[in-house]
Amino acid sequence: MLILPCPYCGVDADETELTPGGEAHLTRHGPGSSDAELHDYLFARENPRGVHFERWRHSHGCGKWFHAARSTDTLEVFGTYPAQTTEPPKEICDKITGERPGWSWRIFG
Amino acid sequence: MSLRLRDQGRLIDRSTRLNFTFDGKSFSGCEGDTLASALLANDQMLMGRSFKYHRPRGVVASGAEEPNALVNLGTGGRFEPNQRATTTELFDGLTASSQNHWPSLEHDIGAVNTAFSRFLPAGFYYKTFMYPRSFWKHVYEPFIRQSAGLGKAPQDRDADRYEHFYFFADLVVIGGGVAGLQAAHVAGEAGAKVLLIEQTAHWGGRAPVDGGEISGKSPEAWVAETLAALEAMPNVTLRRRCMGAGVYDHGYVLAYERLTDHDPDSAGPRHRLWRVRAQQIITATGAIERPLSFAGNDIPGVMLASAMRDYVVNYSVAPGQRTVVVTNNDDGYRTAICLKQAGLDVPRILDARETGGGTLMEEARALGLRIDCGRAIGKVQGGKRVTAVQVCAQNGTGGALEEVPCDAVAMSGGWSPVVHLWSHCGGKLHWDAAQAHFRPDAARPPLGRDGKGFVRAAGAANGALQGALADADSAARETVSALGRKPAKTALPEVAEAAEAPLEPVWLMPADAKPALKAKSWLDFQNDVKVSDVQLAAREGFESVEHAKRYTTLGMATDQGKLSNINGLAILSDALDQPIPQTGTTTFRPPYTPISMGAIAGEARGEVFQPVRRTPMHDWHEANGADWEPVGHWRRPYAFVRSGESVHDAVMREVTNTRNNLGLLDASTLGKLIVRGPDAGRFLDMLYTNMMSTLKPGRCRYGLMCSENGFLTDDGVVARIDEETFLCHTTTGGADRIHAHMEEWLQTEWWDWQVYVANVTEQYAQIGVVGPNARKVLEKLGGMDLNPQAMPFMAWADGQIGDFDARVYRISFSGELSFEIAVPASQGQAFWDALMEAGREFGVMPYGTEALHIMRAEKGFIMIGDETDGTVIPQDLGLNWAISKKKADYLGKRAQERSHMADPDRWKLVGLETVDGSVLPDGAYAVAEGVNANGQRNVQGRVTSTYHSPTLGKGIAMGLVKHGPDRMGEVLDFPGTDDKVYQARIVDPVFYDKNGEKQNV
Amino acid sequence: MSEAVSALNKAGFDGLARVEECGLQGMITLRGDLDTRAVKSAVKAAVGVAVPGVNQVTLAGETGACWMSPDELLLLCGHADAVQTVAGLSEALAKSHHLAVNVSDARAVFRVSGPFAREVLAKLCPVDLSPGAFEPGMIRRTRMAQVPAAIWMDGADTFRVVCFRSVADYVFGILKAAADADAAVGVF
Repeated sequence: MLILPCPYCGVDADETELTPGGEAHLTRHGPGSSDAELHDYLFARENPRGVHFERWRHSHGCGKWFHAARSTDTLEVFGTYPAQTTEPPKEICDKITGERPGWSWRIFG
Repeated sequence: MSLRLRDQGRLIDRSTRLNFTFDGKSFSGCEGDTLASALLANDQMLMGRSFKYHRPRGVVASGAEEPNALVNLGTGGRFEPNQRATTTELFDGLTASSQNHWPSLEHDIGAVNTAFSRFLPAGFYYKTFMYPRSFWKHVYEPFIRQSAGLGKAPQDRDADRYEHFYFFADLVVIGGGVAGLQAAHVAGEAGAKVLLIEQTAHWGGRAPVDGGEISGKSPEAWVAETLAALEAMPNVTLRRRCMGAGVYDHGYVLAYERLTDHDPDSAGPRHRLWRVRAQQIITATGAIERPLSFAGNDIPGVMLASAMRDYVVNYSVAPGQRTVVVTNNDDGYRTAICLKQAGLDVPRILDARETGGGTLMEEARALGLRIDCGRAIGKVQGGKRVTAVQVCAQNGTGGALEEVPCDAVAMSGGWSPVVHLWSHCGGKLHWDAAQAHFRPDAARPPLGRDGKGFVRAAGAANGALQGALADADSAARETVSALGRKPAKTALPEVAEAAEAPLEPVWLMPADAKPALKAKSWLDFQNDVKVSDVQLAAREGFESVEHAKRYTTLGMATDQGKLSNINGLAILSDALDQPIPQTGTTTFRPPYTPISMGAIAGEARGEVFQPVRRTPMHDWHEANGADWEPVGHWRRPYAFVRSGESVHDAVMREVTNTRNNLGLLDASTLGKLIVRGPDAGRFLDMLYTNMMSTLKPGRCRYGLMCSENGFLTDDGVVARIDEETFLCHTTTGGADRIHAHMEEWLQTEWWDWQVYVANVTEQYAQIGVVGPNARKVLEKLGGMDLNPQAMPFMAWADGQIGDFDARVYRISFSGELSFEIAVPASQGQAFWDALMEAGREFGVMPYGTEALHIMRAEKGFIMIGDETDGTVIPQDLGLNWAISKKKADYLGKRAQERSHMADPDRWKLVGLETVDGSVLPDGAYAVAEGVNANGQRNVQGRVTSTYHSPTLGKGIAMGLVKHGPDRMGEVLDFPGTDDKVYQARIVDPVFYDKNGEKQNV
Repeated sequence: MSEAVSALNKAGFDGLARVEECGLQGMITLRGDLDTRAVKSAVKAAVGVAVPGVNQVTLAGETGACWMSPDELLLLCGHADAVQTVAGLSEALAKSHHLAVNVSDARAVFRVSGPFAREVLAKLCPVDLSPGAFEPGMIRRTRMAQVPAAIWMDGADTFRVVCFRSVADYVFGILKAAADADAAVGVF
């Protein structure tokens, strides 16, 4: 049972107050996109053991969507940040690098 | 025999007698007894039978680790199976019965299994019940079912109440022995918010039984003093009868508080599940003594040495009069000394170590006890009770040197730290060869959300069998620092402990026991797993400890192997000729001991099992015959049933009356979302498949919403309130989901668009006024011009209806003249009453969801969840008219361009009319020629909605059929589950009033 | 106008704490940029209080403002005044992007009061409600058993609970169970 701090209201939210929203930083592909782009947008997801970026909604709280950078193996939370961005903030990436040099994820965007 | 002694018994009050029954026989015990100690005091050593061989079994332990003494407890609404007699506090009127026997505990027919035990080895069921396959269902399964399960399942509804409690602490200390008390004291003095929990009713753990001195006082006095200090600290919370059940991610701890089990007639909840969030956790959960594996170690009268002295010291009960003590470590001598000092006979101490023990051995010898070193038990004699032991050399095959008559055996195989709570969340273990046990590896603790360890083990739970207090003190100081506090400068209490000689691991007694002895040397008492079974599993290739566990069922009983695991994996390691750490342990999973289902459910039972959402008219519906239908968490009337009427009759009546006169529908559950802002039109154009930005204020438009995958997910009528404001209706189940969907796109994709959304679903009571007399009743109430010129079809207006502020939508889901009227929810019932009253002369009747469904099906309108199932796109339903071709984009548009979505072979919506007028079965498939690769009939369509239409007097249905719209008039076969093949003709889905004249009367 | 009735019509229960439905309460959802002067003055004019800070409430008798989200307030007013207050807000904020809507009848309001009120709510909400951690002036939107709720304190021993109207009966049911006279935890 995770606790994630909501970056909007500052509440340390219990997992039961949150709704998970899958992988973060997807790029929407609408009309005009290729079949491959659409396929990846709809279905292709990262499944890392380790550093991961996810979407969560503080649904039983302030109602805002946010992103969480956390480890899927140790469940360490590196940080949470507002959803209105296409990539994680530098300080969170730096923190992850400090703890796990050489980490990688897919290209943000 | 076992009996009550004259003195000792620190936990019982002899002056208060409690009466109870066991297997229908009356007994009495003392206040403070456990059920186990009270039964022993009454010489009831036989407490149950084992699971597989139905061997007679007595109590072996004194606490949570007990595998044998499981009873059915209580009666009726308080009946509960598999309760451990050792953790059941005695109360007046307790009723218990033993398990796993027929017809009685004393005379059990199933015990014949023990005679055939060599034919029932590990894996017996897997090997035997394979062939022939035809026996699986009718021979093997009934046989296995008859023997499966321990106690009986309760028959009655649980009479008790349960609750949860959310608590937040800097530190949770699990275990109220001296280590836990010391840890809590150190942290409490440092100002941390501490929760200290203890699973039993008593503080202090084993120390008061085991003796020694702390700070120059008896352990009991030190416990009392420390407890008083803790009670005086406002930042420390103490709970007894509260077990640490599990440690989970991010400092989540479940604690299981048993409030009334010891006094079931007292008021209040029976159990409380504490859902705790802790910054730090200390597990001071102590250690559990291991049995020794010798032949006949399961015969009633053979007990753990520590348990035996618990019974003497705590309850003043002597499990036997002549007890042989067998040990591989010094602790066993404490029991011998304790028994001797209680005036009981200890004819022999068998110490498996050639060189014997330390100062405790000297003490025992000084008391005149005979000690044989390098000796072991070859075999225990007896059936339902120990009668003698055969003594042999430990380093031998079991040849008897001597037979010693006795009525009890106290065994000590060393101590295993209780590492369960350390391990639940990923803490790793270290094999301590000197003490022959796994203990927490402090370098590899469970990790918290900051990536740092958040659990420390303290005292015996950390492997500190000696120096437990000092170990707990240092764990507490480290924890206090981790909390960012300074530990107080208090001195560590001085502890006087007897120095102990090293233990010698003994996994089998004697070391080279003959096969016949190994086949009677029990590892897992509850599941009847013996040394020979584990060795067989290893021979047959079950080398992984997890495989060997499943194959033999070692450690899979209700005690989860608290006594058997280490001994079992030592035997497995030996059989595999590898060191114990290489074999490893099985996984420790919560809860530590079983917790009640009621505690897990908490308040969620009966009336509040789930939230039931009620409309403002709910009570009226209830009082007027509503047959309820759950729609999401809402309850909607399926029909309003009158006396003498069936539900079906009521539905037919409601449809006919609405078509001919006037019907009222409670439509309050439909979702209502306000979407407002300069970009609202643009936003809705993306959400709906059709164009919403062109809608004029004062008008309504039906719209469809799809997921990004292209599938139809919701529909409803959108009303434009003003230039910047829309009101979107959703389906009953859709309001919260679509609200969340809108917020998601606004927050995470189009966050620069200026749009706000608010869910106002429950602000309004919404009533459908439907039927040829709809306008008449509203005009009678007066207030608004509802003539077609002022209020054409698909228009809305704010105004007054009678005394009510109302928003009126002229929309129709039935095909009749229809107004949906929203009034403030607080006036919903009054408005409903006014309509019923005014409508009397127009033949008003309320109607429910089934009449609603039939009327929409007669008109060929689709229903989300009937015609759609997550695989259907609007084009499948012939809804192309509601898909804008002008828009460059909307959610789902790109996905609908995929080749599979544009495939002309997709099944499409049609009407279906049975040839004989009967009603098609819901969900039935239309079969096609030939069979598929699995030999099943090919299919070419399916029924999505089906009803008897009272308007048309026959069965009507909608369905999806391959090339359906091109096959009008064709007759398809729909085999039912009733062996009848229904024949239905493909027709236009609009069955009634094809020109739409009725809605314009 | 017909007489308005709240979800449970002021039903009450006495146990560890007094639980009562508060009857009709005017409530307005206001969405907008809470940092702007326009919103601040409109709120002040509408309900007589300042825009509350994050997770705060500002109360003045029966009126007040509750922080719900970075761009959302719940304004409290007399039930009969809600329609007029919404109109006033809409007029005052005509030039700024906002949404003001009357939600008085979409919600139910409970008062939970007495020395054990904290414990009663702590049985239902995954929130630290111990003294010091939660105090008057603060608001928490959270989960109450299986439904969403917002809670704040009117005084030392008094909580307000706001939930959706349709689940008022459920919320009353779980509050009554939690407030059972014999179910004190005894830790706060």
